[in-house]
Amino acid sequence: MASPQPDQTRRAAILGGNRIPFARQFGPYAQASNQDMLTAAIEGLVARYNLGGQRLGEVVAGAVIKHSRDFNLTRESVLGSSLDPHTPAYDIQQACGTGLEAAILVSNKIKLGQAESGIAGGVDTSSDAPITVSEKLRTKLLKVNRAKGAGAQLKALGAIRPTDLGIETPANSEPRTGLSMGEHMAQTAKRWGITREAQDELAVASHRGLARSYDEGFQDDLVTSFKGLARDQNLRPDSSMEKLAKLKPAFGKGDDATMTAGNSTPLTDGASVVLLGSEEYAAEHGLTVQAYFVDGETAAVDYVHGEEGLLMAPAYAVPRLLARNGLTLQDFDYYEIHEAFAATVLSTLKAWEDEDFCKDKLGLDAPLGSIDRDKLNVNGSSLAAGHPFAATGGRIVAALAKMLHEKGPGSRGLISICAAGGQGVVAILEGA
Amino acid sequence: MAFDYGKFVSGGLGKQLATTLGLPRPTTLRRHTAGAKLINGAVLVGGHGDTPVADRVKTLLADAGVQVATQASTSVAGVVVDMTSVESPADLETLRAIVAPALKTLAPTGRIIVIGRPVEDAATVAQAAARRALEGIVRSIGKEMRGGGTANTVLVAEGADDAVDATVRFLLSGRSAYVSGQVVTVGKPVGSVEAPTDWDKPLAGKVAVVTGAARGIGASIADVLARDGATVVCVDIPAAGGPLAEVANRIGGSALQVDVTAEDAGAKIAEHARARHGGFDIVVHNAGITRDKLLANMDADRWASVLDVNLSSILAMNETLIPAINDGGHVVNVASIAGIAGNRGQTNYGASKAGVIGMTSALAEEVRAKGVTVNAVAPGFIETEMTDKVPFATREAGRLMNSLNQGGKPVDVAETIGWFSWDANRGVTGNTVRVCGQMLLGA
Ligand SMILES: NC(=O)c1ccc[n+]([C@@H]2O[C@H](COP(=O)([O-])OP(=O)(O)OC[C@H]3O[C@@H](n4cnc5c(N)ncnc54)[C@H](O)[C@@H]3O)[C@@H](O)[C@H]2O)c1
Repeated sequence: MASPQPDQTRRAAILGGNRIPFARQFGPYAQASNQDMLTAAIEGLVARYNLGGQRLGEVVAGAVIKHSRDFNLTRESVLGSSLDPHTPAYDIQQACGTGLEAAILVSNKIKLGQAESGIAGGVDTSSDAPITVSEKLRTKLLKVNRAKGAGAQLKALGAIRPTDLGIETPANSEPRTGLSMGEHMAQTAKRWGITREAQDELAVASHRGLARSYDEGFQDDLVTSFKGLARDQNLRPDSSMEKLAKLKPAFGKGDDATMTAGNSTPLTDGASVVLLGSEEYAAEHGLTVQAYFVDGETAAVDYVHGEEGLLMAPAYAVPRLLARNGLTLQDFDYYEIHEAFAATVLSTLKAWEDEDFCKDKLGLDAPLGSIDRDKLNVNGSSLAAGHPFAATGGRIVAALAKMLHEKGPGSRGLISICAAGGQGVVAILEGA
Repeated sequence: MAFDYGKFVSGGLGKQLATTLGLPRPTTLRRHTAGAKLINGAVLVGGHGDTPVADRVKTLLADAGVQVATQASTSVAGVVVDMTSVESPADLETLRAIVAPALKTLAPTGRIIVIGRPVEDAATVAQAAARRALEGIVRSIGKEMRGGGTANTVLVAEGADDAVDATVRFLLSGRSAYVSGQVVTVGKPVGSVEAPTDWDKPLAGKVAVVTGAARGIGASIADVLARDGATVVCVDIPAAGGPLAEVANRIGGSALQVDVTAEDAGAKIAEHARARHGGFDIVVHNAGITRDKLLANMDADRWASVLDVNLSSILAMNETLIPAINDGGHVVNVASIAGIAGNRGQTNYGASKAGVIGMTSALAEEVRAKGVTVNAVAPGFIETEMTDKVPFATREAGRLMNSLNQGGKPVDVAETIGWFSWDANRGVTGNTVRVCGQMLLGA
């Protein structure tokens, strides 16, 4: 396989990021649309990095739960922002991997010299969700629309029966299995023997880490308040094992069900964006390079036929990424493994430690091994912050870039995000 | 909606009622807008004996396209009287003779400016008395004026005459709408007095830092400095990030979320300004809070938080900001009338704001060698979200207890801060100027 020469590309730098605090479903952002939130996230970034009136290379973002009218969501958000309206934009959608995938795309263009700068991001609302009508009703309504003349339209309308009525909101479930993501995860958690205690411990650590990061001012240049909310609404600084132990299982069946609302992410609303650019662009605009976007990889698993767990794709993506970059799993200062559920993180880590899994599934001679848990999700992750699907990637990239910058040049961070449809998006950042 | 006395008496039944009962009716003040004329009418210029400043003012008016009048008439919108040569109280008659007839015919939102010399530089006791008398006259004129007019005194030190233009322009213009009964001292300039290429863009090419810029007076300061040509770094606490970004984006500035009481606040501000904008020329310490309680019930927390935010943070940030500010720059502090007159329930706030005034004059001397000016504004009753929450009676009293019969607007404070920040205004340093419509408190 021929790889391109390294001298054909240049480095893509992460220059900063911004997000609005994440709100719980039907919370303070209940009336906010995806466009409102994405625009707000961009506006905060523009203000922080003085981008007003600037024409950027491009803005790439997306949403998982999306109205059909929002086909140009990102471009519309750009037009509603203080950026130069000559800034192009496009939408992407890769479930919860959307935000990180957007960052991969923008950084690739920068590396190739096709863009000097760009914004990558994502947004999601679980409150202002689109509603679709039943398939029968939809077909009949389209007929009404086609009918010529009032009489014909009335006749077409008359064909609608009460039983046709029925509205559907997007469900957090897999179309091919009919199982919710939580039910899928419960199967995987069981397969890897992930205990309730281990999951609750991870959840507590997430809340404490995020709370500390706010208190230390770490989030001051990562978050911009929106609609009166200044911190993630889901954050419980006083979270404890005792409190979490009281919760009843929400997913899985039977006495050995381990997943609760406390160790699973809630439905949330929010948006995040990341500013990327070439080193030349950064220097020209007085912006500090915080980290480099080194490489990204995606993987997918066949969860439909039960061969692998729905959220296990990152377990496959990471070893491929490590191999391509000549790194081991232990060569990192920070690990950001998205907490879709506490069990997702723990199953992934366990899989990498498992000799059989690494041999049979990943085709490796030896297991990837374990990681230093003190380096995992240091400033909290989705269990504490919440997880507006497409907004999680941007949250992680911006925060990790800042952590790596503080750690110093050459420091390394690994990002792993699982996504619906059995997919996973992972990336390596290097501190500058 | 809250009852607004000013609106009530400006039309219909309210107007009738107010006229019958002889209640005060506020005039809509003349406020500056980009490109506006210096003053709408002629300016009568006179004085006693040698009038070196009046001669400068005539040139200044000609430059600004303003007609110089020789006698009072309805087309006169301003009066400038140069009393720099007074020797004794007898000489004050000249001032009476010029201003008395002018007051009868002065156009609405008129301006009276009396120029004198600093009392402490007087050669004789009689001269000191006469010089100080000017202030008494002008303060009284301010209270007699109607129709949104203002009266102010400018004391120009010997040898500082060429630094006076900025102040005369400011006081004649709509920028000083809510400034009345004040004494501005123009001293030996801290550096070269540089007239701007365009008086409508006196801050062109400058970089300004404004704390507490997310709302209220701070947002207005950011707007005004940007309107006048500056690039503004807008600073506020992280919790105010959303509105802060709005302010920054509408004026093409940048936003920095930092609590001014944070240990590294000064360093963060200086670094942000350096990296993004290549440094900074203006700092406005505006962030401030109140935590009112009668002293008898005041706990240590309320005491400390107000002193921390309003005073100690400024001292701490200046440790970094003063060495970092560009030579020839300007520092402006936001004090308060409460720092001059005191206020029931505000011992902590009064302490902080009086402290700001003390700091202003001391720092001004310390940074003179760097060519940096340091001044303070002391706002009176300014209509903001904060004052909207004040109980009705107190609020109406606040609005009416001044010569202009109305509350000021944030923009009035902002305009004064803008004027302190002009490179043409290097003779004004160590001053605290009230923006209070000549409020009765502490007058
Ligand atoms: N409104 C008046 O009538 C009046 C009168 C006299 C003086 N003042 C002074 O004017 C200034 C502005 O007042 P305002 O009426 O606009 O008040 P405001 O409360 O509307 O605005 C003050 C701003 O300062 C910010 N701020 C507070 N603490 C901060 C901190 N620790 N770090 C950074 N930012 C902080 C706030 O978030 C807010 O945006 C204050 O210093 C106040 O004391 C106001």
